[in-house]
Amino acid sequence: MIRFTWLQARAQTAVALAALAAAAILAAVTGPRLLHLYAVAAACPAGADCGAATTAFLSSYHWLQVAQPTVLLALPALLGAFWGAPLVARELETGTFRLAWTQSVTRQRWLAVKLALTGVAAMALTGLLSLIVTWWSSPLDRVNLSRLSPGMFGERGLAPVGYTAFAFALGVAAGALIRRTVPAMAVTLAGLTGARLAVTYGVRPRLLTPLHATGALVLPAASGPAPAPGADAAGPGGWILSDHVINAAGRVIGSNGGIGPNGEIGFATSHGITRLQGVGACPNAFPAVSDRASQPPPAFAAAAQECVSRLGLREAVTYQPLSRYWQPQWYEALIFSAAALALAGLCFWRVHRSLT
Amino acid sequence: MAAAARQRGPAVSRPAARRPAHGPRTIPAPSPHRPPPFVLPSGHPLAPAAAAGKRYGRRWALRDCTLAIPAGKVVGLAGPNGAGKTTLLQLSAGLLQPTAGTITVLGGRPGTSAAHLARVGFVAQDEPVYRRLSIAAHLRMGSWLNPCWDMELAGRRIAGLGLDPRQRAGALSGGQRAQLALTLAVAKRPELILLDEPVASLDPLARREFLQGLMEVVAEHGTSVLPSSHLTGDLERVCDYLIVLVASRVELAGEVSDVLASHRRLTGPRRDPAALPAGQEVIEASHTDRQSTLLIRTDGPVLDPAWTVRPVTLDDIVLAYLSRARATGAARRPGLEVVR
Repeated sequence: MIRFTWLQARAQTAVALAALAAAAILAAVTGPRLLHLYAVAAACPAGADCGAATTAFLSSYHWLQVAQPTVLLALPALLGAFWGAPLVARELETGTFRLAWTQSVTRQRWLAVKLALTGVAAMALTGLLSLIVTWWSSPLDRVNLSRLSPGMFGERGLAPVGYTAFAFALGVAAGALIRRTVPAMAVTLAGLTGARLAVTYGVRPRLLTPLHATGALVLPAASGPAPAPGADAAGPGGWILSDHVINAAGRVIGSNGGIGPNGEIGFATSHGITRLQGVGACPNAFPAVSDRASQPPPAFAAAAQECVSRLGLREAVTYQPLSRYWQPQWYEALIFSAAALALAGLCFWRVHRSLT
Repeated sequence: MAAAARQRGPAVSRPAARRPAHGPRTIPAPSPHRPPPFVLPSGHPLAPAAAAGKRYGRRWALRDCTLAIPAGKVVGLAGPNGAGKTTLLQLSAGLLQPTAGTITVLGGRPGTSAAHLARVGFVAQDEPVYRRLSIAAHLRMGSWLNPCWDMELAGRRIAGLGLDPRQRAGALSGGQRAQLALTLAVAKRPELILLDEPVASLDPLARREFLQGLMEVVAEHGTSVLPSSHLTGDLERVCDYLIVLVASRVELAGEVSDVLASHRRLTGPRRDPAALPAGQEVIEASHTDRQSTLLIRTDGPVLDPAWTVRPVTLDDIVLAYLSRARATGAARRPGLEVVR
């Protein structure tokens, strides 16, 4: 049965291995240069103009930076649709199950071998690609510390292996239930997308009790990149789940670095007194700002920041710190693998019972 | 061999002990409660299906079918479309499980173990093969998946058919595909080969070659074969034993030679078929103003000189049973198809 499974899966395995080899070669060729550029940028002494080195590093192989994680994001869906869905559905569709199930192998064993071999191969394939992507992206991840964010979480590490197990088993089960390959593919894609979204936004934030922290409310500087709201409190790379602005009394008066329902921070000056809208009068003096100035002077920004601090405005965030990265990775891999096992059980039940 | 009279399924109203008034005579009718051991003139029971039934949704594809099949013979299973032939064969191959009752093939429940699967070969309708795999790959599959696989036999059959083992199964003609499917079933060296409409899609030449191949296998290995067909002519050519299944009831079962010997066509002046002597059962009767033509079943000679007695072909006999079953079927249709 093992040899027969291989005989049937030769072509698809060859295609997958060729694609994996291409990804590995690409990573091997470009990876060292990326590491070198990172080393150059990291060695830039503090105080020196590091803009050129940083830009050279961050913008190198931009297309690969986009493509590699995207491929890893799509791989579980592809394997579920093209390896999982046809596994049983095609046999049912073409009638060859009557040939396969009347050989001297019980259909339970037939399904067990096919599920195990193809499923493990799919998971191994995803694991290897994830390893390549994780290694290749590691210099970028050291700078861009948002591996926990929903956009990047599923494109690194261990979780994609669990997604593949789930997508594959979902494909097989959908194929066994629907008995048609193409609708089973569609169900697989829809089911995987739905499960990923539900787990990302419904389960993952609750897997580990989020941490709470409060920090100073930092206003965006007049020039240069604005800091992410709450980043100060949550620490580098933390995944911020909620971010509230609180006043000195501890009451929530805004969110995401802003005040009020519109999330703005506005200062209005009249009769020499500057008021922070929605909060109250600033205790400090503000420099005069000409109405014609296109941009408030740096002194104004400093005064605004001082006003915010003296009024006692702070940011309270709930977040998952980056140090917890591997815990949700393991949990998700296990959750999706457990769901895959349940779906495999459904396949057995279907093949044993309902197709008769 | 008998149609069962047991009632199964509470939702269906059927007379509890409706014995077939015109059932095959060689077999005693079973008691309503417990089928007797099947004693067959031709050997031990091979595949007694004890009142097996198969339901799809609310429709019974096969109901109350009790059947025993002699060993070591080619047993033709004839019947119109929808009689339950395919369902019966798939039940016997273990592809389906009976909704009610049990099915026993070669002393075991089909499809439950690898050992039992090895003893039954099956060629499904339309002979499914893996279109992308070559003939040689199919034979390798057979050798991997079957403990008693006879590669020499398989290779010899493929070579004998003039097929290139490297050819893809998808590129084969219908007849070649049927031969490949038969080869797979035969080289498994089973004790029983089930063939579901094996020649339905073949042209006459391919049909003859296929049946020849089947006969060689039977002659060489003594395998029992159970082909089904709605074409009686094909069955007549190869079968020793014939079962006519109509609406999942056995209308006729017996050795082909006995069946041929015990049926006669009588032509003579018009008369009431009921006036025939005891022991002559009318299967089919047609009348003109002056003449009656009867197809009768009798074990003795026809002595009445008014009749012109002629032998009949198997085709005519089967057709007569089918049309009789259809004529009397109106009464029991509701029992066979539950429509609510």
